Amino acid sequence: MKQIKQVLGGDFRQYTMVLALAVLIIFFNVISGGRMLTPSNFQNLLSGNAYVLILALGMLMVIVIGQIDLSVGSVAGFTAMAMAIVAEKYNLPWFIAVLFAIVLGLLIGAWHGFFLAKLGIPGFITTLGGMLMFRGGVIWISQSISVPAPEELRFFGAGYLPEWGPAFTRMNNSTLLLGIIAICAYVYMEMKKYKRSGDITGEKAPLWAVTTRVVLVSLVIAYFTWLFGSGREGTSFPIPGLILVILVIIYHTITQKTTFGRHVYAVGGNKNAAALSGVNVSRTYFLTMMNMSLLAAIAGILFVGRATAAGPSDGTSWEMDAIASVFIGGAAVSGGVGTILATMVGGMVMAVLNNGLMLMGVGADKTQVIKGLVLLMAVAFDVYNKNSGRASIIGKLFPSKEEKSDK
Amino acid sequence: MGKNPYILEMKGIVKEFPGVKALDDVTLKVTTDSIHAICGENGAGKSTLMKVLSGVYPYGTYEGQIFFQGEEMRFRNIKESEQAGIAIIHQELTMIPELSITENIFMGNEITRNGLIDWHAERQHTSEILKKVGLSINPDTLIKHLGVGQQQLVEIAKALSKNVKLLILDEPTSALNEDDSENLLQLMLGLKADGITCIMISHKLNEIAAVSDAVTVIRDGHTVESYEVEAGHVDEDKIIRSMVGRSIENRYPEHQSNPGEIIFEVSNWCVEDPEVEGRMVCKNSSFNVRAGEIVGFAGLMGAGRTELMRSVFGRNYGIYRSGTIKIKGKEVRLTSVESAIENGVAYVPEDRKNLGLNLLDSIRKTIVSADLKKILTGLLLDFDKELAAAEEYRKALRIKTSSVDVGVTTLSGGNQQKVVLSKWMFTEPDILILDEPTRGIDVGAKYEIYKLIHELAAQGKAVIMVSSELPELLGVVDRIYTIFEGTITGELPASEADQESLMKRMTITSSL
Repeated sequence: MKQIKQVLGGDFRQYTMVLALAVLIIFFNVISGGRMLTPSNFQNLLSGNAYVLILALGMLMVIVIGQIDLSVGSVAGFTAMAMAIVAEKYNLPWFIAVLFAIVLGLLIGAWHGFFLAKLGIPGFITTLGGMLMFRGGVIWISQSISVPAPEELRFFGAGYLPEWGPAFTRMNNSTLLLGIIAICAYVYMEMKKYKRSGDITGEKAPLWAVTTRVVLVSLVIAYFTWLFGSGREGTSFPIPGLILVILVIIYHTITQKTTFGRHVYAVGGNKNAAALSGVNVSRTYFLTMMNMSLLAAIAGILFVGRATAAGPSDGTSWEMDAIASVFIGGAAVSGGVGTILATMVGGMVMAVLNNGLMLMGVGADKTQVIKGLVLLMAVAFDVYNKNSGRASIIGKLFPSKEEKSDK
Repeated sequence: MGKNPYILEMKGIVKEFPGVKALDDVTLKVTTDSIHAICGENGAGKSTLMKVLSGVYPYGTYEGQIFFQGEEMRFRNIKESEQAGIAIIHQELTMIPELSITENIFMGNEITRNGLIDWHAERQHTSEILKKVGLSINPDTLIKHLGVGQQQLVEIAKALSKNVKLLILDEPTSALNEDDSENLLQLMLGLKADGITCIMISHKLNEIAAVSDAVTVIRDGHTVESYEVEAGHVDEDKIIRSMVGRSIENRYPEHQSNPGEIIFEVSNWCVEDPEVEGRMVCKNSSFNVRAGEIVGFAGLMGAGRTELMRSVFGRNYGIYRSGTIKIKGKEVRLTSVESAIENGVAYVPEDRKNLGLNLLDSIRKTIVSADLKKILTGLLLDFDKELAAAEEYRKALRIKTSSVDVGVTTLSGGNQQKVVLSKWMFTEPDILILDEPTRGIDVGAKYEIYKLIHELAAQGKAVIMVSSELPELLGVVDRIYTIFEGTITGELPASEADQESLMKRMTITSSL
């Protein structure tokens, strides 16, 4: 037990969901007779869910500050539709259209932020209004008709990394390169952390634990590199997945390693204490809401890129999937708690559930029921753990004996 | 048994909380048809005693006996004490602002006919009772449209509607202006004439002197004195002496102060209450602090100490009206907490859990949270710097913890306070405002905090310490300002001050 803890390092609790996700993937793979863990299935899974995961990035920050944004689906649909219409009408190049959608997203975010931060209207109300307004807006400006999106966006919504180089690798070389970069970056970071670990406290992390961790994680990355890279000709790690990975790195850094990120957690944890520590609470509210709508615009762009056209009902109930991802990822309803990485795992749990149940031939109706139950169970489990002071599911599976000898 | 002159007798009341004996053998006798004043410092046990009496602490959770109108009472809840004819009016008003006077008065006690509320009867009753308390307003008026004084009268009317015989008023005039206070006192005299006994808890000795027939002084959970007085001829000094009369033991570290230049100067500071329009919580307050000096602010709860400090600290409280701040001789405009921190001011709030800490954070995150700029490398936070800072303060302040990565909630009150102090020391302030820095901390930890305060002053920082514990102020600080109702009422070197002279300035006495 102690060894497991040392291998996992740092925050033990976050690994609960990773474990659940792994179990889920293996379970569905067995049940569906190996159809889960195939290149094409995982490529679809990623590019088909990237937009919800991107929304979840912003939603995590909104929920951490103790608010909620119900408008993201409508905003995504609205910005994408406006982009498609403007592009078609004025024959704009695709990047101008994308820029237009992003600016529109920022403006909508500023609108929400204004009501929340300056007038003090709760985010729930502000964005409920936004949800209705922008849903109506999509239908209004499109007159309920789908509008084709610029051709080039298809690359961002459903494209793949290019093929190049030698064939003896027997997989997509771009994906291979990406995997190698990921492993190298990971190993480098772990090494750096290990080298410095004893400098201040004088307590160095055990080398064997670090090594085991590095090897395990590298194997997982290598496996997925192979999985994504070994599909049929012309497929590889999907572009929307790459965009997602880049955004995850950016937002993980923002939330964990910047002043603004700290302020987000401070405001969510205790607004008054944050204000007395010199945090500008209303600015934090404003920027967080603005960021959410920016990400909604990006999600909308990717979605219509994949669908090749903007439809009047695009984005319907996306906010619910995003919110569910955040809460399955262990964020607290009262704010102040939650991380980007855990939210991504939460979002993947939802995506794998969707996908796995589909492979099993379970209908959309029953899938909804199961997803609802999973959300409830995940949050109930979290609350239960907090109340009883336990750290994790693993703590429950391997009870007290070793825990005591730890101390 | 003959006629019992006492409407209420509380005998040998003992109430214990985990680790604390809040009341220890308290006796209270209240004569029928009188106004009985109860005095004591903050935390002396007055409110606890009233909670025992009114059934907030049910029978069985305290020791001792309560006789009301000659019968022993065993209240299990407030409802039962109300039925017996005891009503309590709390310091904080407890009415629902969005409902009308009528609805509030009959809340939980509605007059019904055939299962429906009889609005006509309720309204009629309300009008009658309102007349008794001297209010002539429409009973349909919403509570939120009334002034604080009127709301207080409605509270009393509500009590009267329940056929009250003993009315307890906890700090009834603390939120009122002078006219309203005067009204209330007249009303109490009127109630007395109507055969209603009043118990009044108050810090305002001039009011006690004006109306009361008997005075009981409680200190540290004991009844110190109880005697009858003649309204208008009350020896206020005697009350003050019994309120504070405890010996000062050697609970404070020795220190030598070397005050330098005046580095912090506040002049004519005026702040309006954000909730009650026109009520000033700070009235023309002026004070100064020298480098290396510890200045105390003495005042009772609600006197406006915290409000003054928070408004000085980047206008965090209230509506700024006028006044200037000079730091090191230069006038500065501290319009936000951020600017206050940048100008070298730090404020440790009195309410540690709600204002001082984010209870979700770890120790290391808390310590750096007021000055994240110091741990930046480029645009990103540097966790090595954070950890180094946290370890530094952990050692310097001897914060008892297994690791700085654990949550602040795992710490004891004293260690939590050290973390909060670390957080503010980390900003390297020139002026440090400490609001009740030792509240809720055990004696040992207090001593360490005092030593720390002395060290800070020795480093040349200007320290302001707000406290309601007079012995603490006398033991720690160099100079004391007293504050009452938002006004600074006095300034004394600690060496010349004693508890009585301070208490006199913290309460308005008619001799002043």
